[in-house]
Amino acid sequence: MAPKEHRYDAVIVGAGGAGLFAALELGRAGVKAAVISKLYPVRSHTGAAQGGICAALGNREPDEPLWHMFDTVKGGDYLADQDAVEIMCDEAPGVVFDLEHMGVPFNRTDDGKIDQRPFGGHTRNFGVAPVRRACYAADRTGAMVLHTLYQQCLKAGVEFFDEVFVTGLLFDGERAAGVVALGQRGGDFLVFRAKAVALATGGWGRIFRVTSNAHASTGDGAALALRAGLPLQDMEFYQFHPTGLHGIGILVSEAARGEGGILRNDGGERFMEKYAPRLLDLAPRDMVSRAVYQEIKAGRGLGGADYVGLDLTHLDAEVLDKKIPEITDFARVYLGVEPKEEMIPVAPTAHYAMGGVPPTVNGEVTPDERGTVAPGLYAAGEVACVSVHGANRLGTNSLLDILVFGRRTGRAMAAFAQENGRPEIAPGAAEPTREAIGRLRRQGGGESAAAVRDEMQAAMDEGVSVFRTAESTARAAAKVEELLAGYERVRVSDESSTFNTELTEALELGNLLALARVTAEAAARRTESRGAHSREDYPERDDGRWLNHSLCYYKEGRLEFKSKTVTVTRFEPKPRVY
Amino acid sequence: MADTVEFRVMRFDPAADAEPREVSYEVRAGERDRVLDGLNYIKWHLDGTLAYRRSCAHGVCGSDAVVINGTVGLACKKLIRDLEPPIVVGALATFPVIKDLVVDLEPFFAAVRRVRPWLEAGEAIPEREFLQPPAELEAFMDGTKCILCASCVAACPVVRRGTPYIGPAAVVQGHRFINDSRDVDGETRLRLLAAPDGANACENFFECTRVCPRGILVTRRINEIKSMLAAGGYVKGEDADG
Repeated sequence: MAPKEHRYDAVIVGAGGAGLFAALELGRAGVKAAVISKLYPVRSHTGAAQGGICAALGNREPDEPLWHMFDTVKGGDYLADQDAVEIMCDEAPGVVFDLEHMGVPFNRTDDGKIDQRPFGGHTRNFGVAPVRRACYAADRTGAMVLHTLYQQCLKAGVEFFDEVFVTGLLFDGERAAGVVALGQRGGDFLVFRAKAVALATGGWGRIFRVTSNAHASTGDGAALALRAGLPLQDMEFYQFHPTGLHGIGILVSEAARGEGGILRNDGGERFMEKYAPRLLDLAPRDMVSRAVYQEIKAGRGLGGADYVGLDLTHLDAEVLDKKIPEITDFARVYLGVEPKEEMIPVAPTAHYAMGGVPPTVNGEVTPDERGTVAPGLYAAGEVACVSVHGANRLGTNSLLDILVFGRRTGRAMAAFAQENGRPEIAPGAAEPTREAIGRLRRQGGGESAAAVRDEMQAAMDEGVSVFRTAESTARAAAKVEELLAGYERVRVSDESSTFNTELTEALELGNLLALARVTAEAAARRTESRGAHSREDYPERDDGRWLNHSLCYYKEGRLEFKSKTVTVTRFEPKPRVY
Repeated sequence: MADTVEFRVMRFDPAADAEPREVSYEVRAGERDRVLDGLNYIKWHLDGTLAYRRSCAHGVCGSDAVVINGTVGLACKKLIRDLEPPIVVGALATFPVIKDLVVDLEPFFAAVRRVRPWLEAGEAIPEREFLQPPAELEAFMDGTKCILCASCVAACPVVRRGTPYIGPAAVVQGHRFINDSRDVDGETRLRLLAAPDGANACENFFECTRVCPRGILVTRRINEIKSMLAAGGYVKGEDADG
């Protein structure tokens, strides 16, 4: 049976903040657009973002977009492209006001302005002291942004294909032409033809075992791009958030420290005094995560165990109830800890991919190191690496990134779709997908996807975590390669075509394995320490050799790497101290 | 060390079953494991064909509302150790079952869409933000916590008995926008909620408030809408008391 074919001017894969903002811009421009998501729209992982979205509004104290730009560049250990960072920080106030006009329920100052609070690495006057830059809706900012964008998409008449799993990209020569997908409800194959296609599928925290990421964060869009011959950039830079609930990895927002929370070791010592004397607990995440690891390694975890304490006991009850109610609830529900009375046990948790599919500042995917554009193909959100975060992202810059560049991507797609005709697709475009899925379902091997995923996650936690070495990354890469070779033996026992989530989990595993391999090999290749990439065998930053982006390609079963120049405009690289 | 606990899961395969059947599993569960961990254990170690929805696994995405030992809740927010075994897990009540624990939520989203759940800010948009002092935020804040998980609808005795009712979530969505000082379209939404199956179909069972995983005072918000409908003359006064 021929797959059902849908025709749109623009198709967006993924319904998180980036995808929805792009879709909304297309809707506002009157372009016929569809959003395809493997989840229902408001289930996307943007909803788990807690602490805020930063913009130099200056509502609580003087602030400047240029200071924000400096903090972002320095926070990223000088690997970010500074032209892109400047655009992001300049457009931040406009995006926040746009969201406010759409209905985001921001916390307010007494006179009704958007309230702002401090966050890690955000400072006034080029590093002098923490600044109040994070706009927030309690500690559910991401959920409020996600729901608001969904509401406005409904109003704008954007069409949604819910619970549809995209399995392949379609091209007409070099030009993007659409996607192939599997409908989860009916098990049917669908072909979406479009003039412009955007990947907005989010991150891949599930390559690790302890992660703040949703089960759905399996990097489907990044893996699709890699298989289509497109590069992934800076994949060695993966952020570990310093405060995940111990053992579970659920995020405890940096807002807890922005509101005055303090990290303490077994002796009750405020250990960040040793690591970042000026910014203390509000140092950037890579530094705080390393500090937590070092405290634990030195036997100074609480009771000698593998976690430290996040102390909120000195905060006013009203702060806990009004400004960080969600994380207070998480500690109670999941650990049985009352944050008003005792410290919350926390440890680093895999949180955010700085790397991804490289686009221009207008979301156009760039297949090489020279900035050539793949016509009609776009990427925005965590799946993309613009690069504004460089080697380490600052807290609250993720919502900002996905919204600024989601909006820009939508506008660029609208213009492209209005100026260009419809690409052709070859007959039988869905066949490779159909065959791949047929193979998965036929193969009678003994391995379950869950068992293979467990082994991959253990190998990644062990070898490609906060600290890495040549040996640890090579071991992880070898293990993942072995698992990839065995992927053909993964069993799908469910023969049903209705909601066959065993099949979609197997497809997701294939994507995770591909990205775990790139992450491990990229980490093995970069012989320096920069931002979140900390090599114990190469502890120094090496600008002479490594002030460049990595690009990784998948070719005939092997990975190939290239380097790409970092754009430096205003801020020359300097030693990074806080 | 992990102990085992009995799960009884309501299974339904549309291709084979006339109605749901209960299947028992021995699940290994640790001290901190949630019902969702139990379902994952079954799927990953015992029976890969089990179908259920899940994503964030910490109560913010709203995917995994089910019925656990007779009570509606999110599987990722109910700790196994707090429940009396056997732990019986069934699909969300009042919705058509597609497969196992996966239900058709389209009727739920359709009801929510009826109240026009988006801000209408009108023509006068300021250059910076609308000024909205904390008290004005407080007036609609509760409703913004809704994650559209449909627990309230599944628990509502009025919906369960089949009386036409738009459902608690849709009324809460209406409340959220009607009471937002930035919104100019409250009248339209109140007119929509004045329909015979609107807010006044609520009979104050308070089940929605009891099960809401977000702690929203659902019934209170519904009653505030009823009062607005009565005060604004959208419905006759005596109906507003339900």
